[in-house]
Amino acid sequence: MREYQILGHADTRSGFGEGLLAVGKQNPDVVALSADLTDSLKMDAFAKAFPDRFIQVGIAEANMMSMAAGLAIGGKIPYTGTFANFSTGRVYDQIRQCIAYSGKQVKICASHAGLTLGEDGATHQILEDIGLMKMLPGMTVINTCDFNQTKAATIAIASHAGPVYLRFGRPKVPIFIAPDMPFVIGKGLMLQEGNDVTIFATGHLVWKALQAGVILAQKGISAEIINIHTIKPLDEECVIRSVQKTGCVVTAEEHQRNGGLGDSIAQCLALHHPTPIEMIAVNDQFGESGKPEELLVKYHLNTPDIVAAAERVVGRKI
Amino acid sequence: MIFHKCDRTEELKVIAAEIRRQVILSLAEAGSGHLGGSLDLADIFAVLWFHTLQHDPHNPHWEERDRLILSIGHVAPVLYASLALSGYFPVEELATLRKLGSRLQGHPGKDHGLPGLEASTGSLGQGLSLSVGLALGAKISHKECKTFCILGDGELQEGSVWEAAMSAAHHQLGNLVAVVDRNGVQIDGTTSHVMKLEPLADKWKAFGWQVVECDGHDHQALMEALCPAREPHQQPKVIIARTVMGKGVASIEGDYRWHGRAPSKEEAEKFLEELQHVSQ
Repeated sequence: MREYQILGHADTRSGFGEGLLAVGKQNPDVVALSADLTDSLKMDAFAKAFPDRFIQVGIAEANMMSMAAGLAIGGKIPYTGTFANFSTGRVYDQIRQCIAYSGKQVKICASHAGLTLGEDGATHQILEDIGLMKMLPGMTVINTCDFNQTKAATIAIASHAGPVYLRFGRPKVPIFIAPDMPFVIGKGLMLQEGNDVTIFATGHLVWKALQAGVILAQKGISAEIINIHTIKPLDEECVIRSVQKTGCVVTAEEHQRNGGLGDSIAQCLALHHPTPIEMIAVNDQFGESGKPEELLVKYHLNTPDIVAAAERVVGRKI
Repeated sequence: MIFHKCDRTEELKVIAAEIRRQVILSLAEAGSGHLGGSLDLADIFAVLWFHTLQHDPHNPHWEERDRLILSIGHVAPVLYASLALSGYFPVEELATLRKLGSRLQGHPGKDHGLPGLEASTGSLGQGLSLSVGLALGAKISHKECKTFCILGDGELQEGSVWEAAMSAAHHQLGNLVAVVDRNGVQIDGTTSHVMKLEPLADKWKAFGWQVVECDGHDHQALMEALCPAREPHQQPKVIIARTVMGKGVASIEGDYRWHGRAPSKEEAEKFLEELQHVSQ
């Protein structure tokens, strides 16, 4: 099996910042809006390079979302930047009415998603955002796994027609996706081929899934590991093809079980290829303060949890 | 019947009456909708679409056009009537209002392909933010076009309107004009009873806007008020237009119960007669 090398460590939000600067250079229609979190979202470089195309809206996220829609009507490609909880729940109606309903070219870029926000606690650790966004007709939902993938996704979404929700995070995590790996919206990314179980992982849990794959191999279980960065539209063909081979599934994400990646995969399989499935996700709980790694352990989103789930689900195969 | 642009109040009076007639006819045909506000905005819409706005019904996607955002999407009938009478689509299509498959949705829906419609609106408190985005985008691109936003007075109770107001002044959007339809009524009663707005002009001034108060049924006053604020201040401008809900149909004027009602066929006939009487 393939061993993934750690190329370095960085936060995915910095990948967003670099991607935003790059796409700003490529496309003069790109504008960026920040709700008083420019530094946290690593948007400073864009703001410095393109002061006329950087719009500070202050702590007024509702205004930011509808403003972005107005900018899109006028032909711009707006990227909004704030934390994931302020990018979704706080402004759901603005996104639904002004952005999603008319299929506006707005890119909602959401940092500090999930438990790994860490010490700030549950008020800021949104675990429902993927569900909120994927419910909206026509909304593309992406959750990236490392610096390089986030940078590539940030660039790719500019030329994607329609609204996009791009979710990333705060902590420094391993970089393992090659910097030249193309980002194809809506396509699952095969990280490791295997025969006994498929692990579909997204966001920060992709690295955990790869580590789980190594341990499972030592236990004689051959895991296929696929990164589903685009939760909607789901790459159903990729999901079904893999499951036809392996016959059972583990999903892994830093999100509520309700409304997350596991829920999308379960729906796909229930309709097209009923299969035993185990879900690594937060189950109907709020988070709390703590270090990111401590929280992943406490809420059972860690490598040993994925290993145990894979062993369980292999045992459930008929 | 299609009208062309004009600057004479006599002509605008005829156009406003025809807008009102089409509003009543389309709502009676639909059997539901919002008559009161649609009627009271007819004079403002006559002046906007047939005098003030730079637009081309034969080229709805003309890049340099002025934009109008109807934040109070529930008065869609007055926008649809104005667009049809400008020549964006056949007047006969007004009879499809609110019906299955129509381009004339109950609240404006951009996905349905109606020419001349800029945005989906109707959830109150969002249209001024949309307009700020449009005006700011035009400013960034050094375009001359202007953005007009129609707000309800009850809508000003939504906090996000004031986020937008603050940002328009901050970004010095002299190319933005907001119109407040100050009819003083909302679904549950008068605005002063439900949630008072006064001193309204002072609120806008405090948020950095140039404020003009005028009679929302006086075409001459509206023509003068609706031109954007002048440099060097680059202030956004708001017109607080005093209107009477149901204006033009004497028997329902000022009656808030007509906010969310459509006339029956019989009522429509009576209202059209009243309208005829006023126009003569």
